[in-house]
Amino acid sequence: MNNAIIWVIIIPLLGSLLSIIWSRFASFIAISCNLLALAASISIVAQVHQSGPLTHQLGSWQAGLGITLRADALSSILLLMSMLVISAVTFYASAYFSDPIKRARFWPLWLMLVVALNALLMSGDLFNLYVTLELLGLSAVGLTALSDNRAALQAAIRYLSIGLLGSLVFLAGVALIYTGHGTLDLVELSTRVEADPLSQVAFGLMTAGLLIKSALFPLHFWLPSAHASAPAPVSAALSALVVKVAVYILIRLWIDIFDLTLTPLSGMLLGILGAIAVIWGSWQALQAERLKLMAAYSTVAQIGYLFIFLPIIIALPKGPAQDAAFTALLLMAITHGFAKSAFFLSAGVIQQFCGHDRIAELGGTARALPLTTFVIALSGVALIGLPPSGSFIGKWQLISGSLQTGQGWWVVVIAIGSALATAYVFRILGHAFGPGEGVSKVLNWGRQEIPALILAIIATLILGLGSAGLWDFVSQHSAFLGS
Amino acid sequence: MDFFGQLPLLILLSSLLPGLAIFLVREENHILRTSLNLLGAVTKLVLVGLLIWGVYHEWVSEMRWVIAPGLELVLQADALSVLFVTLSTILWLVTTIYAIGYLEHSPHRSRFFGFFSLCVTATVGLALAGNLFTFVIFYELLTLTTYPLVAHKGSPAAVRGARIYLTYTLGGGVLLLIGVVWLHTIAGPIDFQQGGVLSSISGLDPWTLRWIFLFMIIGLGVKAALFPLHGWLPQAMVAPAPVSALLHAVAVVKAGAFGIVRVVYDVFGVEYADALGLLPFLGAIAAFTIVYGSVKALSQDHLKRRLAYSTISQVSYIILGTAILGPLATIGGIVHLVHQGVMKITLFFAAGNYAETLGIHHVSEMDGVGKRMPATTLAFSVAALGMIGIPPIAGFISKWYLGLGALQAGAGLWVIPVLIASSLLNAAYFLPILYRAWFKPAVKKWPAEKIHSGRWEMPGALMWPPVITATLALLFGLFAAAPFSPLEWATLIAAREY
Repeated sequence: MNNAIIWVIIIPLLGSLLSIIWSRFASFIAISCNLLALAASISIVAQVHQSGPLTHQLGSWQAGLGITLRADALSSILLLMSMLVISAVTFYASAYFSDPIKRARFWPLWLMLVVALNALLMSGDLFNLYVTLELLGLSAVGLTALSDNRAALQAAIRYLSIGLLGSLVFLAGVALIYTGHGTLDLVELSTRVEADPLSQVAFGLMTAGLLIKSALFPLHFWLPSAHASAPAPVSAALSALVVKVAVYILIRLWIDIFDLTLTPLSGMLLGILGAIAVIWGSWQALQAERLKLMAAYSTVAQIGYLFIFLPIIIALPKGPAQDAAFTALLLMAITHGFAKSAFFLSAGVIQQFCGHDRIAELGGTARALPLTTFVIALSGVALIGLPPSGSFIGKWQLISGSLQTGQGWWVVVIAIGSALATAYVFRILGHAFGPGEGVSKVLNWGRQEIPALILAIIATLILGLGSAGLWDFVSQHSAFLGS
Repeated sequence: MDFFGQLPLLILLSSLLPGLAIFLVREENHILRTSLNLLGAVTKLVLVGLLIWGVYHEWVSEMRWVIAPGLELVLQADALSVLFVTLSTILWLVTTIYAIGYLEHSPHRSRFFGFFSLCVTATVGLALAGNLFTFVIFYELLTLTTYPLVAHKGSPAAVRGARIYLTYTLGGGVLLLIGVVWLHTIAGPIDFQQGGVLSSISGLDPWTLRWIFLFMIIGLGVKAALFPLHGWLPQAMVAPAPVSALLHAVAVVKAGAFGIVRVVYDVFGVEYADALGLLPFLGAIAAFTIVYGSVKALSQDHLKRRLAYSTISQVSYIILGTAILGPLATIGGIVHLVHQGVMKITLFFAAGNYAETLGIHHVSEMDGVGKRMPATTLAFSVAALGMIGIPPIAGFISKWYLGLGALQAGAGLWVIPVLIASSLLNAAYFLPILYRAWFKPAVKKWPAEKIHSGRWEMPGALMWPPVITATLALLFGLFAAAPFSPLEWATLIAAREY
């Protein structure tokens, strides 16, 4: 049953082709393909949980010649998260586009995005990571350009060029690694790489490329316009998943392969950039005049939190304490994935309903769209990091880790970030509860509101109260101590 | 007793589930909504009755749910939590009836009652929390569920008041969180334990503990409206009357006070806290807040604002009792948790009735209101006299024990003057109201009178709740020595703490 690793890639690929051929049934094809891929990803998590990391050689070639696919705790959890988000967004998207031409363009690109995401997460070597990263970037740009106004196209072009720059820099690093070590396989590299100058330069290049892709301050400048101008289902996937997988590769490189403890200084540097991102991003989110722009800046801030974990993980002693911080990082990342996608989907509903998403003019939304307002509040709870969301547990561990390692200054950053997040979330709610027209009916746009509700509930209730298993799962197969 | 072990969870669910269901009830279907409300409230009351019985017999009731390594959600019932749970449950029932009458024909009732039930769920969860982690979770949930209630009217003033409320309470929440996580990192997970936990852990740095205590007290003090963190409370007065009643009597300010009691007694241990020199610090803030609130209340003409400053003052009695070492002061502080609740809720119900029936919002408009609304004014008078500390009303018992406790602890020299000053000030801002209401001739025309054609001065759902709670305040004072009275229960708690 190791084949599940292939299926999560092949099924959406097939779906992408079919949706071009039978474009009339495209949404049906997309929904079925994504549900099948979701089932496969559940099976992958179950297998990894039962028997540890899975590997699969495509075409039975030996490693080094063929393509190696691999799933461990870290990648399988992210895979499950992204397939859940993708499935919910797919349902949403099936009711979102009214223009048949846009619909016909959307589905093949959307399924190609899923292929790229899944293939990236299952990649076992650096070259595949590069290829899938490129594929992901291209399909993301295509999807962004679906909003056919001028600003969106400009944003898409900028997104494209920045993305290409990022992957080129990454590729340069990959090439250096290959010259130095003669392999690109992640597991083999983890035993060979040491802190020699060549590896350091190579990792520096790869990291720089990935920092662009993951929009860490000050390389975040391309993100807000791209994420805010894309159609809502696309923004959801971009903010929740596409940015997140770049962080995933970074973590793979830094923690699995290149022992982070050797370079506490660079860890600290990334932590400081993360801290600035938290405050800068949240501040910009508070200033934003449009709902989706606010959400995009909030992503910049949330990515920052993930980087603050790095200096803490380095300083913690190996063992349970480090495992806990690492799992908290993962929990924080997936909670944000669910919460932000729920938020963008709801912003899309509001945009369709009001015809705009200007925050100051949202009066009456709470009356007209009570469920969507509720989803915004619920995902807002997760963005702030209040209980019972998963990010509350994440922040708890983050504060605990910084106090344990004597790096109390991060606590100040977290407190300021949370305060700003509270301000930007409740600013929306304040306007939404303000006076305005509206009929009172709980559910208005079921096919769009329910997927968003489910995502928000996962972020705010399930991951907060029911994530105990995650800790066991990660420490058992220790994605990161296993190497 | 397996069923008994499930009780805390069932008590939470008895308001959570109806609350969630109410959100889905259509606006005009008030029969279904009222049934859900009352079903939840009565079920909770029955379950709490069982819980009281069990805790009295020292059966252990505890549920644990692992969230992450070292972080457990613990629900448990000890004597202190039972006291708070019982208070919340009884007052929730009464307030629900009141709110049904108060909000008749007003918009968004499903949203209101939904959040109302969630707010009680959070309060009860906080009471039943078995460790600091669980406490923090419910503490934040309480903020989140009360925000929509404060903002309920949707007017610019309401939205502004709610924003101020949120700023204060979430800010406090962050500090509390930092304090709690800090304590976790140096002392590991801490379950509440009668007599305290920290004294038995060796190797803790006293100065770190003092800092942690400061963080926690600031975090909790925001909700408990300790000076100088009280600024949100008068602003939150824009909320509808039933919300103010619940906020002042049970939910929010009490949550803060209850948290301080928990931290001092069941985390630090009152003797250890005293050894660290923390109690005099806490006592001084409480004493200052008592006097400050009363002085500010004097100059308020707006009735609800006067009551709000009175709350600031009265809640600090609880904290003062906590800050004095010795069982008698403990009893006085803890019993005031209940006594202040029933008295203050009566005052707010009455204030709501004046506003609703006659359009009276200010003290200066209350001339002769006693003849027009005798039942409400009688209830108001009983509660006001109780606040001043006149026997045999409940407030007297609290002050008596606080005074005795201070003498016992040798702190009489500064506590007794505070108590006397505060009682005089209470008299100075309550008695003029009573004088106006009963003895001054009525004005010719009330600001906005609604004529009620029924038998009483106003609809029963509005009139009876203050009468009931005023009667409770009287009974708690008269029968203070009866078994299961608040005083007896507080005595039981004090006996288990020392």
